[in-house]
Amino acid sequence: MSGRGGWMVLLTFLVALLMMILPMPEWARPFRPQWVSLTLIYWCIALPHRVGVGTGFSLGIALDVLTGTLLGQHALGLSLVAFLAVQLHARIRVFPFWQQALAVLVLLVIEHLFALWVMGATGQAPPGLLYWVIPLIGALLWPWVFVTLRDVRRRFKIS
Amino acid sequence: MLALVVSIVLMVIDHRFSQLQQLRSALAFVTYPLHFLADLPVTASLWLQEVTATRSHLLEDNSTLRAENLKLRAELQKFATLQAENVRLRNLLDASYKVGDRVLIAELSAVDLDPYKQQVVINKGKASGVYEGQAVLDADAVMGQVIQVTPLSSTVLLITDPSHSIPVQVLRSGLRTIAVGSGRINELNLPYLPTNSDIQLGDQLVTSGLGGKFPPGYPVAKVTRINRSPDNAFAEIVAEPTAHLDRSREVLLVWSVQPETALEAAADTAADEDQPEQEP
Repeated sequence: MSGRGGWMVLLTFLVALLMMILPMPEWARPFRPQWVSLTLIYWCIALPHRVGVGTGFSLGIALDVLTGTLLGQHALGLSLVAFLAVQLHARIRVFPFWQQALAVLVLLVIEHLFALWVMGATGQAPPGLLYWVIPLIGALLWPWVFVTLRDVRRRFKIS
Repeated sequence: MLALVVSIVLMVIDHRFSQLQQLRSALAFVTYPLHFLADLPVTASLWLQEVTATRSHLLEDNSTLRAENLKLRAELQKFATLQAENVRLRNLLDASYKVGDRVLIAELSAVDLDPYKQQVVINKGKASGVYEGQAVLDADAVMGQVIQVTPLSSTVLLITDPSHSIPVQVLRSGLRTIAVGSGRINELNLPYLPTNSDIQLGDQLVTSGLGGKFPPGYPVAKVTRINRSPDNAFAEIVAEPTAHLDRSREVLLVWSVQPETALEAAADTAADEDQPEQEP
């Protein structure tokens, strides 16, 4: 995370973590988008040589501690997402927005699926069908996340 | 690949053993600033409300609080005599008795945790003497127990979390059982009662004190649904927590006074009656 603009990348991750725990009205709580995953995917695509599985893992541990889930539950999903995003970065980069959003949707669903498996394996109550709306919301938000973070990257000349 | 293996190992250890508690607490301390930041807008708005409250509003508040205080003190008088009598009778019976519990008021932090777990964060931690496994109450009833402590904050597992069970007693009949969280904020299950057990709709459940985590005698829930089907060995019983799990902002942390020290304290107070009680 050292080098040009590393602190800015870190700041966007901190903001994403913050948005995961910001209080929301009760009805909106099950629909909180996976902000951290979205930010991670963007940086993996934009800077695959600097942001990768290690970053995903550390973020996941931070998220686990913040939200009180099993230590490693988010780390597992986010490492996997980071790995896939780095592998596919050259392809996703040249996609148009809507196609990018589809690719992101797949990544988000994979992360959610792993989280669901962990929940099932540890005997937690299985969430309802609304659980699968979250990746969809994330994919719909992708264009805005992408544009915002791209502006951040250009403004601060992070490379 | 390595990250996947490490996270799976971490999860297994965290799920099966308790060694990771230390690491978790240390990490939670590092991430405390984020919790603080998330909580800041709510705290700030509350503070602003307090600062800009009008004089008439404050006066009104003051008078209602004064009236309530008077009423509570009157009740407390009665309570004090009853408590003294209880201690005396228990002494006669040679039974151990718990004089009282020390409490500390904490506030919930406005932080959303995982929506599929029933947990909350409170703003008191190790610095205030909070410990793991401590009972947490609100003004009405038992809310849950502390599962993780950092120097300045701690995490509370609510009694309705599916991984939480609490030993309870039916106040009317003294029947003991265990109430298990259902994962829904307004339901507890009582899965271990036979179909013919003495329990009715509206029965109040209180903590039984077995297991040692929760002090005995605090209200927990009210029975709202009983389904005794003859083909099942166990009745299907659902209770609603008495505590306002989703509404309370202030919570009470309880320290149980150990029976031995309590007896000594009782003996002490009996020896010199003019000394005021130390326990609130």
